[in-house]
Amino acid sequence: MNETFTKAMARNIFYGGSLFFILVFLGLTFHTERTLPERDHRENINEQVILGKKVWEENNCVGCHSLLGEGAYFAPELGNVYTRYGNSKEAIIGFIKSRPENGIPGRRSMPQFNLSDQELEAVAEFLKWTSEINTSNWPPNDQG
Amino acid sequence: MKYQSQSVARLYFIAALGLFAGQILFGLIMGLQYVIGDFLFPAIPFNVARMVHTNLLIVWLLFGFMGAAYFLVPEECETELYSPKLAVVLFWVFLIAGALTIVGYLMVPYAALAKMTGNDLLPTMGREFLEQPLITKIGIVLVALGFLFNLGMTVLRGRKTVITSVLMIGLIGLAVMFLFSFYNPENLVRDKFYWWWVVHLWVEGVWELILGAILAFVLIKTTGVDREVIEKWLYMIIAMALITGILGTGHHYFWIGAPEYWQWLGSIFSAMEPIPFFMMTMFAFTMVRKRRRDHPNKAAVMWAMGTGVMAFLGAGVWGFLHTLAPVNYYTHGTQITASHGHLAFYGAYAMIVMCIISYAMPLIRGRVANSQKSQRTELWGFWLMSISMLLITLFLTGAGILQVWMQRYTDTPLPFMVVQDKIEIFYWLRLISGVGFMAGLGVYFWSFFIGTEEEAAKDNAQMMAMAK
Ligand code: HEM
Ligand code: HEM
Ligand SMILES: [Fe+2]
Repeated sequence: MNETFTKAMARNIFYGGSLFFILVFLGLTFHTERTLPERDHRENINEQVILGKKVWEENNCVGCHSLLGEGAYFAPELGNVYTRYGNSKEAIIGFIKSRPENGIPGRRSMPQFNLSDQELEAVAEFLKWTSEINTSNWPPNDQG
Repeated sequence: MKYQSQSVARLYFIAALGLFAGQILFGLIMGLQYVIGDFLFPAIPFNVARMVHTNLLIVWLLFGFMGAAYFLVPEECETELYSPKLAVVLFWVFLIAGALTIVGYLMVPYAALAKMTGNDLLPTMGREFLEQPLITKIGIVLVALGFLFNLGMTVLRGRKTVITSVLMIGLIGLAVMFLFSFYNPENLVRDKFYWWWVVHLWVEGVWELILGAILAFVLIKTTGVDREVIEKWLYMIIAMALITGILGTGHHYFWIGAPEYWQWLGSIFSAMEPIPFFMMTMFAFTMVRKRRRDHPNKAAVMWAMGTGVMAFLGAGVWGFLHTLAPVNYYTHGTQITASHGHLAFYGAYAMIVMCIISYAMPLIRGRVANSQKSQRTELWGFWLMSISMLLITLFLTGAGILQVWMQRYTDTPLPFMVVQDKIEIFYWLRLISGVGFMAGLGVYFWSFFIGTEEEAAKDNAQMMAMAK
């Protein structure tokens, strides 16, 4: 690098530039927080959705599945599973409940989590709420 | 090695490499589960293997960064470490906490682990990369505090250099951003929004400072180029990293419910994120070309150049590939993501840790460099691992393109599992490449045990004589 461009200048670009973009980022975060309620439908987050998210986390579902495209890629996307299953919570519950303890020979299998009825209902409600988030039309189609 | 206390780094490096081997073992288990679905089911379900794989990755990289800091800071500051004892105590605390966590993942169903460890008090578990029980997370924070205190006291007492300041900013940033792992809003959209403050602002933010500082240190030592020049480069690299990387976080806000302007901001700023990685490659190659001395440790120089190139490929090229919103709409959460994650983590962070180990370990063991034979073996490991990782990346990219084609970018989308069956061949090829990687790691380990003290001394004397 050339001599008229000094180390002090480089240092100032680092501190100045970083500080500037940190402030911009915080500003945008503030703005995002203000506009989110229109897109996440938080008015529908009830006790069940909250419990459902906890069931989702405490069974590490994200270790195989993706949710809104984030997580693992071993098993199907679940952000839109509610619509994929024909807007049916019962179908979701039925699927989770019917997983064989020892899996399906030779196939990728989902564990049997032995969830209570209340937990099943909650996780289905959580997935229903998730499917209603405004994700700018993602995923491109029902298959996720 | 100039200061006795630098040798605590040895413990950290050995642990890092041991955990690395564990990470790869679980990678291979998952690679098999991808093609033989019921392999080890239900003893080790895929999600458990994945947690072990990714958490071991993070923990061994942290061990590597800590070892690097304990080696580099005393030398830069020209003083002994504030407290080598504290460094040893924290090492064991971290290793035991880490080991117990992994054992917990493997021995107890995750839901039971959550109950046992008080996830009810403050639910933080069950989110990708942040699966650790609350007590482990608290342990990580305590270890980080003790570590930063120890380094901070050393820095305060000694010479101040740009490399130590940058390293310290990076490490403090790492600890601060980790605090967001304790914040888990009930609203999934907000949860995801701040989750990325840990994950993205680590790898595309503060970790780049750590990477840059370690790279600069190794280049100063091995090339003898003027410190002024190196420090100017370092400042420019990290300036570009944060200027592009902070708003670049927006490339994760396209489809999670955040407002749509993030599609523009995220695309534009993250499209510039390859710049700092490109500069790192230029940095390494330019410094080596302008070198004022020929250091006998050729292997360390190779790692330094290698990490530049591979980080640019994995983070820069493979990152750019899917970072523009219209592309990401189709590739989001597919094997394309996995291909990029692998090459980027390996090229940038696994390789920089192996770079500093390559430079520091011989010195800690009392020689300038290892014997020629040992270095040749180490370079075999370098090439085997790097080429295997490139192959893994290419096969996953192939799988990802077909996945997008059949499941997303089509009028007749096929179900996920149907597509997975159709692209199985790529997963077999990935698995075979993974075995190659494991072999490379084995060769690399073997290089530590080759060559006697005398051979090393003889080879180094010869190198020095030739350089004159
Ligand atoms: C034998 C070699 C390896 C194999 C077979 C392997 C296999 C895998 C598999 C199957 C996954 C899960 C993907 C999914 O969710 O469906 C994964 C995730 C991951 N692995 Fe590896 N891995 C290997 C080596 C490595 C190495 C060397 C690194 C880094 C240095 C690494 C870093 C990661 C990361 C960061 C993830 C999470 C990726 C994401 O979320 O997109 N792996 N690996
Ligand atoms: C060394 C630096 C980097 C590392 C270690 C890294 C690693 C990763 C990992 C592990 C993921 C998957 C996260 C998940 O599980 O959801 C990811 C996602 C992503 N990365 Fe990087 N990355 C790096 C740099 C970059 C750069 C420079 C760019 C852009 C030029 C980029 C673009 C992306 C994008 C767009 C995604 C989201 C993929 C999706 O939508 O599924 N990354 N990265
Ligand atoms: Fe990112």
